[in-house]
Amino acid sequence: MAVIYINNDPYEVQEGRSLLEVCLSLGFDIPYFCWHPAMHSVGACRQCAVKQFKDKDDKHGFIVMSCVTGTEDGMRISIDDPEVIEFRRGIIELLMTNHPHDCPVCDEGGECHLQDMTVMTGHVERHFRFKKRTYRNQNLGPFINHELNRCIQCYRCVRFYKDYAGGRDFDVFGIHNRIYFGRDKDGKLESEFSGNLVEVCPTGVFTDTTQYRHYTRKWDLQTAPSVCVHCSVGCDIIPGERYGTLRRIRNRYNHHVNGYFLCDRGRYGYEFINREDRIRSPLLVNNGKAAPIPEEAAYSQVSVLLSTGKTIGIGSPRASLESNFALKRLVGNDNFYAGISSSEFELTTLVIEIIKNSGLQIATLREMSESDAALIIGEDVSNTAPMMALALRQSIHQKRYEYTDKLGVPRWNALAVKQAGEFDQGPFYLATAGNTRLDGIATAAFKGTPDEIASLGSTTAKLIDGGGESEKIKKHHEFASKMAKDLENAARPVIVTGISQGSAEILKAAVNLALTLKSKGAGAKLAIVLPECNSLGLGLLGGKGGLDDALNLLRSGEAQNVLILENDIFRRIPTDVAEEALSGAKVVVLDHSPTATTDKADLVLPVGTYADCDGTLVNYESRTQRFFQVMSPSPGAVEPWRRLAAIAEALNTYDANSFPGRDSLTQWTNFDDVLATLVEEYPVFRPILDIAPPAAYRIAGMKVARQTHRYSGRTSIAANLNIHEQQPPEDVDAPFNFSMEGYHGEPPSSLIPRYWAPRWNSVQSLNKFQAEVGGKLIGGDPGRRLLKPKLNAGMQRYEIELKSFEPKEGAWFIMPIYEVFGSEELSAKSPPILSVTPKPYLVLSAKDAESLELENDSPLVLKIDGSEYNLKTKIELGVTDGTALLSVGLPGMKYVNLPSWGKIEKSFF
Amino acid sequence: MEKPLTKGFRPDGRPLTIKEYKKIGGYEALTKALKTMTPDEVLSTMRDATLKGRGGAGFPAGIKWEGVPDKDFLKSPRYVIADADEMEPGAFKDRWLMEANPHQMIEGMIIAAYAIQAEFSFIFIRWEYTEAQKCLRFAIGEAYGNNLLGNNILDSGFRLDMHVHVSAGRYICGEGTAMVEALEGKRAIPRSKSPRIVESGLWGRPTVENNTETFCNVPHIIKNGVDWYKSLSLSDEPGTKIYGVSGKVKRPGAWELPLGTTAREIIEEHAGGMWDGHELKGFLPGGASTDFLTSEHLDIKMDFESVQNAGSRFGTGTMIILDDKTCPVGMVHNLEHFFTHESCGWCTPCRDGLPWTTMILKALEDGEGRTGDLEQLKALTKMMAPHHTFCALAPGAMEPLESALKLFREDFERHISEKKCPWR
Amino acid sequence: MLTDNMKRDLMAELANSETTQSACIEAMQIVQKYVGWISDETIKDIAEFLNMTTAELDSVATFYNHIYRKPVGKHIIQVCDSVACWILGYEALLEHIKQTLAIGWGETTKDGLFTLVPIQCLGACDEAPAMMIDEKLYTKLDAAKFDEIVKTYRQETPENGKALN
Repeated sequence: MAVIYINNDPYEVQEGRSLLEVCLSLGFDIPYFCWHPAMHSVGACRQCAVKQFKDKDDKHGFIVMSCVTGTEDGMRISIDDPEVIEFRRGIIELLMTNHPHDCPVCDEGGECHLQDMTVMTGHVERHFRFKKRTYRNQNLGPFINHELNRCIQCYRCVRFYKDYAGGRDFDVFGIHNRIYFGRDKDGKLESEFSGNLVEVCPTGVFTDTTQYRHYTRKWDLQTAPSVCVHCSVGCDIIPGERYGTLRRIRNRYNHHVNGYFLCDRGRYGYEFINREDRIRSPLLVNNGKAAPIPEEAAYSQVSVLLSTGKTIGIGSPRASLESNFALKRLVGNDNFYAGISSSEFELTTLVIEIIKNSGLQIATLREMSESDAALIIGEDVSNTAPMMALALRQSIHQKRYEYTDKLGVPRWNALAVKQAGEFDQGPFYLATAGNTRLDGIATAAFKGTPDEIASLGSTTAKLIDGGGESEKIKKHHEFASKMAKDLENAARPVIVTGISQGSAEILKAAVNLALTLKSKGAGAKLAIVLPECNSLGLGLLGGKGGLDDALNLLRSGEAQNVLILENDIFRRIPTDVAEEALSGAKVVVLDHSPTATTDKADLVLPVGTYADCDGTLVNYESRTQRFFQVMSPSPGAVEPWRRLAAIAEALNTYDANSFPGRDSLTQWTNFDDVLATLVEEYPVFRPILDIAPPAAYRIAGMKVARQTHRYSGRTSIAANLNIHEQQPPEDVDAPFNFSMEGYHGEPPSSLIPRYWAPRWNSVQSLNKFQAEVGGKLIGGDPGRRLLKPKLNAGMQRYEIELKSFEPKEGAWFIMPIYEVFGSEELSAKSPPILSVTPKPYLVLSAKDAESLELENDSPLVLKIDGSEYNLKTKIELGVTDGTALLSVGLPGMKYVNLPSWGKIEKSFF
Repeated sequence: MEKPLTKGFRPDGRPLTIKEYKKIGGYEALTKALKTMTPDEVLSTMRDATLKGRGGAGFPAGIKWEGVPDKDFLKSPRYVIADADEMEPGAFKDRWLMEANPHQMIEGMIIAAYAIQAEFSFIFIRWEYTEAQKCLRFAIGEAYGNNLLGNNILDSGFRLDMHVHVSAGRYICGEGTAMVEALEGKRAIPRSKSPRIVESGLWGRPTVENNTETFCNVPHIIKNGVDWYKSLSLSDEPGTKIYGVSGKVKRPGAWELPLGTTAREIIEEHAGGMWDGHELKGFLPGGASTDFLTSEHLDIKMDFESVQNAGSRFGTGTMIILDDKTCPVGMVHNLEHFFTHESCGWCTPCRDGLPWTTMILKALEDGEGRTGDLEQLKALTKMMAPHHTFCALAPGAMEPLESALKLFREDFERHISEKKCPWR
Repeated sequence: MLTDNMKRDLMAELANSETTQSACIEAMQIVQKYVGWISDETIKDIAEFLNMTTAELDSVATFYNHIYRKPVGKHIIQVCDSVACWILGYEALLEHIKQTLAIGWGETTKDGLFTLVPIQCLGACDEAPAMMIDEKLYTKLDAAKFDEIVKTYRQETPENGKALN
């Protein structure tokens, strides 16, 4: 600790941080632009000037930029010296020479950092009398709008896009005062992190095109803390609603998870919620025709449908823990089946076993970004968990610090660190089925089948352990020894894997590697990507089996009725199998959007999306996080657990064996009741009680307001329906109001509905919510881990049989690959995402494509298990001959059981 | 009076061949260094010689070289760069040195490389110096052919390669750290000043960079010793200097003279005085980015310290003369127009402040000046004062403006009150 | 399309470079010597050759003065507009040049022979005013001397024209 004097008062501060960070952390307001807490200092904008004095007798002092000045014990600075106040005003005036006065029509207006800083510095009178510079804007695709005349050249965009996110199609052009930030020509930004430009830009150069289409100012948005549902990372988000439409998604800071950023799937996937075809009323199917029926009628139908025969429940990895639990409780533990394929169910169980019993620490995203060596084995995280890829991308820069630390360059001096160490990249290894967007930064990238990947991992572990060369996979030996050496030399290596290849062997190899590294004393950490937002929660809740088991019961007639929760089983099981199983059963489906499964239902009951409900999700690291209802209640958007409780209520006559938990459901009145029952039955979930305050929680006697203190139109909000002011809806489930009435200060971190602080209207106000700028939120970040690694677990290494790939004549080994835009079910329903989703395709090696007389984009037919799939050809380098990679989950593509052998033929259609 | 740097220059201006250079003692210093001195001895000689860098900032070359980390501290390649990117308006000394005797600089660079144990060196030369490029390329070829570059130089075991990089043209490349960026194939945006490039320069590795004229001094120091070198000058700063004069003087040109020669001697004797009927109104002592001095400063010694004490900067030592028939506002406008165009666009005061400055000056020149313009100019000089900007470009640009506002205030005011340029 | 000759020259440059990016400025100058200016297409070709993206290379290209991103004439007249030449009256010379060639800054004569651009101080302040045509320096200029010089370029045109294309 050091003592520094600010405006003549002493403050105890942490050494080794920049003066700007220190002052902001202490609560002082210093304006800035180019500095960003995740990207640190470059000293470009010259806005954060303060006065520094040599000693206490120095009355004159000298101006320094606080972002590029370190703190030293005894240093004296002034933030409010008249000369430096005038300097900061002068900088804004210079930035304003070319900035258009278009705030009223600018999407950033009202949450613009430049506006805030202009007001803060007191620049009110314009002296510049010459013409402003203008630019031609670019079409950057469906996510981002470009209005470069507003640019103040802080260079944050290009630093984020290129240096942080690794994008290579966006840059800075030109020189002197004609600097252009954009692409080399019009076109969609290629990076899946492009949406962050909206929040990184301190003004309105990059704005959210999806929000623009139903624009609402920040102060008119109803917001609440939420969690992204589009992968297993569980990034924290702030959705914003107005007039029943979800307007946008913004980042919600979580130090351990997503930090300051989101991926474009998470940011733009929300529009499935706004779709016209959302299920808004119960639908009864008669002779293949679905017709809306009143709620009352629907419940009598449920009673009729489920009164006879045995009912089973099928849960969902995209539904909340509470909803899954409600279903499980209702139908009973013996009748509840996890809504995932049985093989995925087994893998998930294995993952839980590993997290529980391996003794290995699971890496958070932050820990990944700070790891000094990484191996990604068997999972294309850039497509299945994009934010994890972004975190891992940062790990290669750790090596830079080796020399710069030695030179005494502070780590916050981003420019110096980058320039001194740009050519020092840390070890980064990939072993995946197909090419990935991380290959470009890899020390080496291995491509192979799951068996080969597992063998490579296992061999590497053995090499680290001092084992000898394996005859069987000799061709990978060089790769394995290089990797072994680098991983062994690392102090904080991370092994990232996943189950998207359907391979337990890959998981086991990853665990062996991590255990081996741990045994060598390294702080090795593991991470296992799961397919969906609540895969781990569903796994922990358990079930009688997976989807195959459930459908077998229906097919065999052992069960007659099925309640399906938020699940399109056709995405998880071959179409013919699913159709056969459902055709003979009475099918009740609860979902918010139409799917192939709702098409086969006898009765569909509408439920709410995550934005309409409260709930809990468990991410890949077993971090449990609460999401709160954002949207005001709307037709059909009922919490699934509440719908199930109503079903329980409606059941008059029923088979007691089918609904053993019926009575407890009828007791539930609010969300906390569900939670109480849940943790009572499953103690593993007890930490959930601590992750957010209950509905009865009040601050100064108030609930937290979902609407801002300047929300407009309050008294005429529904004037088209009724000129009298309406009573805001009551929320019995959460400590939030659907109103501007309520608490507007800083609530506990799990309840932060938006970032806003006096003088800080933009997202930069987040500084005020952190205990230390760039660090943890005040009171700790939201979420708790359910599973803690056992000390001295003593887990044994798995036995892994080394296998090499043997091609077959006339057949190809087909492996699944995923698309960031399109492979995830809900975001693929969002029109902006859909607009950039590719058509289903098959990746082949150049040699195989030639032998099949296929070129890029030429049509082909893939035949697996008697089914045929029409696809486009994609030729890529690095693909092993005799294998092919099928894009899975894309709209228009039926489920295929993979990996599997298949035949490929040229097609003429 | 000894003129070691320009000794033996051919009257026809053609470059000395290696034979001719050797005849006047060329490469003897290198031989001496490689055969009889350790790298540390070269470093300490250079430190003792207190040669001040001739690129403009005047940082002692020996101290700079000693800043290169030990091989124990950092085992990595090291680099030597010659800044032959002479782009300061009014400067034309390096071109002369390179065109007349390219080997002299090359020899200086090889000695520097030996001192810091570099294996690779670059000459960063501006695009427009096509003649100098030819001379250097030819001379480098000769040096390779004579075992003065490449492997095992003069059988000493030391090796060095040399490469000419032709700049695609930007004044900011003359900023040492920006030059490193340019050599890496990037936009020449200056770097953070910490770490220094001697610790972390080209590709993050230790790099010594000096001006052409600085390297030209090196062989003579090594060959003749520190005492001899110190005896050359007329001031506390050792050595000779290539001085130059441009503007309306009778014999504009460049001359090698002892450091500390007075401005009067340079302008009146060597440059032949002002054109007939023209009076000296002021002069920029060391190029475009230095403060104006006036006739009252003619008797100061032209060296780093004396010029600084007079309120300006010695800079490149090439003077630009303002006469009484030339509009000082117009001259400053021309200078600021240049700096505006050459701003790299990285930091706010320079990128947005310089264009504004130029616009006001143009308005004054066009008779569209307004009350308050001079105060605004003054305010802009404050925004672009030293350390207020990221690098020294804008503060340098402010030097002629700030001094002109003081010295020629009346002339500025007349532009506003008369609504035209009085010189037009 | 990069021709074989261009590729040969680029490979020679790459041999001297620490990274492919560090050769990019030289690479653009090499190609420009063949084709006069750097079109979008050329940027793309060179970028591919250097394993850079078009955006990355164009970011560098647009920073520098001597990378021409727009078509230029056969000869580039670069007139020094810096301070020493200004004091010695380059403005009158420039006016003469503009009228003689009927073009302004950045423009090319109708016959495609000359493009007129300003250039920073050519280091010939003692012989101001100065200009360069292509790679040749001309000093102590006045209107008459300029006319003389331009005449020689006009006369040389046919042969040079063939040599260039």
